[in-house]
Amino acid sequence: MTAITLAVRDSTTMLRRQLRHMSRAWSVTLMLLAVPIVLLLLFVYVLGGTLGDGLGGSGGRGAYVDYVTPGILLVTITGTVQGTAISVALDMTQGIIARFRTMAIARVSVLTGHVLGSVLHTLLSLAAVLGVAVLVGFRPDATAVEWLAAAGVLTATTFALVWLAVAMGLVTTNVAAASNLSMPLTLLPLFGSGFVPTDSMPTVLRWFAEHQPVTPIMETLRGLLLGTPIGDSAVIALAWCAVIALAGYAWAKRLYNRDRTR
Amino acid sequence: MTNLPIEPAIAVTGLRRWYGRHVVLDGIDLHVPEGTIFSLLGPNGAGKTTVVQILSTLIRADAGQVRVCGHDVARAPDRVRAAIGVTGQFSAVDDYLTGEENLLLMADLNHLGKAEGRRRTAELVERLGLGDAAKKPGALYSGGTRRRLDLAMGLMGDPRVIFLDEPTTGLDPRSRRDLWRIVRDLAAGGVTIFLTTQYLEEADQLADRIALLDRGRLVAEGTPAELKRLVPGGHVELRFADDRALTAAAAALDVVPDRAELVLRVPGDGGVRSLKALLDRLDAASVEVDGLALRTPDLDDVFFAVTGQASDQTSGEVTAR
Repeated sequence: MTAITLAVRDSTTMLRRQLRHMSRAWSVTLMLLAVPIVLLLLFVYVLGGTLGDGLGGSGGRGAYVDYVTPGILLVTITGTVQGTAISVALDMTQGIIARFRTMAIARVSVLTGHVLGSVLHTLLSLAAVLGVAVLVGFRPDATAVEWLAAAGVLTATTFALVWLAVAMGLVTTNVAAASNLSMPLTLLPLFGSGFVPTDSMPTVLRWFAEHQPVTPIMETLRGLLLGTPIGDSAVIALAWCAVIALAGYAWAKRLYNRDRTR
Repeated sequence: MTNLPIEPAIAVTGLRRWYGRHVVLDGIDLHVPEGTIFSLLGPNGAGKTTVVQILSTLIRADAGQVRVCGHDVARAPDRVRAAIGVTGQFSAVDDYLTGEENLLLMADLNHLGKAEGRRRTAELVERLGLGDAAKKPGALYSGGTRRRLDLAMGLMGDPRVIFLDEPTTGLDPRSRRDLWRIVRDLAAGGVTIFLTTQYLEEADQLADRIALLDRGRLVAEGTPAELKRLVPGGHVELRFADDRALTAAAAALDVVPDRAELVLRVPGDGGVRSLKALLDRLDAASVEVDGLALRTPDLDDVFFAVTGQASDQTSGEVTAR
C-alpha cells in the first residue's frame, strides 16, 4: 500500500470514528448549532430595525437580514471550530491516542479524521443556519454559479480554521484551555464587517477590522450572494485561507509529533 | 538449511533516557527470546512505563540500541508497530464506542477486509469473554472488562510481541486471575509477552524470567526461582515502642531502621531457631520489643535483599499478595 492510499484509508476510518462520536454527543452538536441561530434572531428582531436604518438607506429590518447573514455564517464557522479545538483536546486525554501512536497507521490520520469530521459538521450547520436566515427574510440574488462559489469560499474558510483549531486543541493540555484559546476566533466576525460596516468604527478598530482575515471573507460572501462589489476581497480572502490552512496544518502536525512526555 | 541464530523478540543494550537532568533509565540491557513471558518488576516510579513506551515506539531513547522483532525502534518504527500489540496501564479504549465498534475500529486500522474484520471481532469477543460488553459503550465497563477489551484491541493485528503495562493494577482478584489465564493462553500460542508489574506474585505466576527495576537500573534478573532465592523465607518485622529502643535494636542487629513506623525488618526465613537467635541478640542488648510479625517474601524483601534498603514506597503501594 502506498503512503497516499494508506493515508486516505486510515483517514476515512478516523472520520467514521469522528462521526460516531458526534452522533453520540448530539447535545453538543445541537448547542453549537443553536448559538448562531439565536444570534441571528437576536440581531434581526431585537437590533435589526435600528441597525438596518443605519446602513445608509431606510431598509430597516429587511435590509439588515441581508447584511448580517454572511456575518452569522462566519459566526457559525468560528463557533463550530471552537468545538473542534475542545474535542481534539478532549481526545488527546484519552488513552486510545497512545494506542494509535503505537500502530502502523498513517500518523496524520488521527488529525485528518478530526478535520474531515469538523468540516462536514460545519457545512451541515451552515446549511441549517442559511435555512433559518431565509425563513426570517434573507433574500440572496445569487445565480447557481455564485452559490457554488459561495459554497467554495465557506468550505475553504472552514477547512483553514478547522486546521488552526486542531492545532489549538493540541497545544493545550486541557479542555478549558482549548476553549479559551479558540475563543478569540468567535469574536473575529464582530470585530470586522460582520454586523455593522467598518466605516462606522473608530480609527484603530476600523484599521483592524479592515485588515483581519474574516472581513474580506464576509465581503466576498456578500458580493456573491447579494451582488455588492467584491473588489480584491476574494483574492485576499482565499490567500488568508491558504495561509491559515498551511500554518494550522504545519503547527498541528508538529504538535502531534512532539514527545508529549517531555 | 542455514543455522542463523534466531533473533530475540526484544533486544535492548545500554538504553538510557532522561528528562532534563533527571535520569529515568540508566543503562538497561534486556534480552527476551521469542515465545517467552518476560516481566519487568518494580515499584511506582522505577521507570517501567518508560521502558514500555520506548519499546512500543511511543517515545525515543536518548541512548542505546533497541530492537523489537528484529527491527530498530528508532529507524524502522512502523515495522515494529506492525509486529506489536500494546495494552497500557491506562486503558486505551474509546469510551464513546461500544466494545464491538472499538474492535472493528482496530480491524479497519489493521487494514483487514470487512468480512475478515467481523470474523476476527466475533472471535476475540468470544475468546476474551466480551459478550456483555460488545454492545455497550466503553465508559460503562468495569475495570476487568476494560482491560480485557483493551487486550483484545491489541490482539486484532495478530501481534508477535505484546506489551502489557501493569495489566492488573486496580483489578479485583477474580479479574486478575481471568487475565492471567488469557496471558498464559497467548504465550502458549507462541506470542512473546513483555509484562510490567508491581506484584511479585503476578511475575511469579506468569513469567519465565523476571528483571527487577529500581530507579532506572536493573538490580536483578533471573527466573522466579532464582529471584526468590535472594529472599529466603521473607523477614521478621519487629515493632518498638519508641525511637530509643529502635535505635538500640538497629545497632545490635546491624539493620537500617524504618523510623516513621518504628519497625525493623530483619531478613530471615522465620524458622524457630533463627527467630530465637534474633531475640537472644536483642535480649543481650537489653532492648524491649513491642511486637513481632513474620512476613512471607514480597517485593519489598527482594528490594531489601538486592539494594540493601527498603523501596521508597514501603508496603502501602508496593505489595505482593
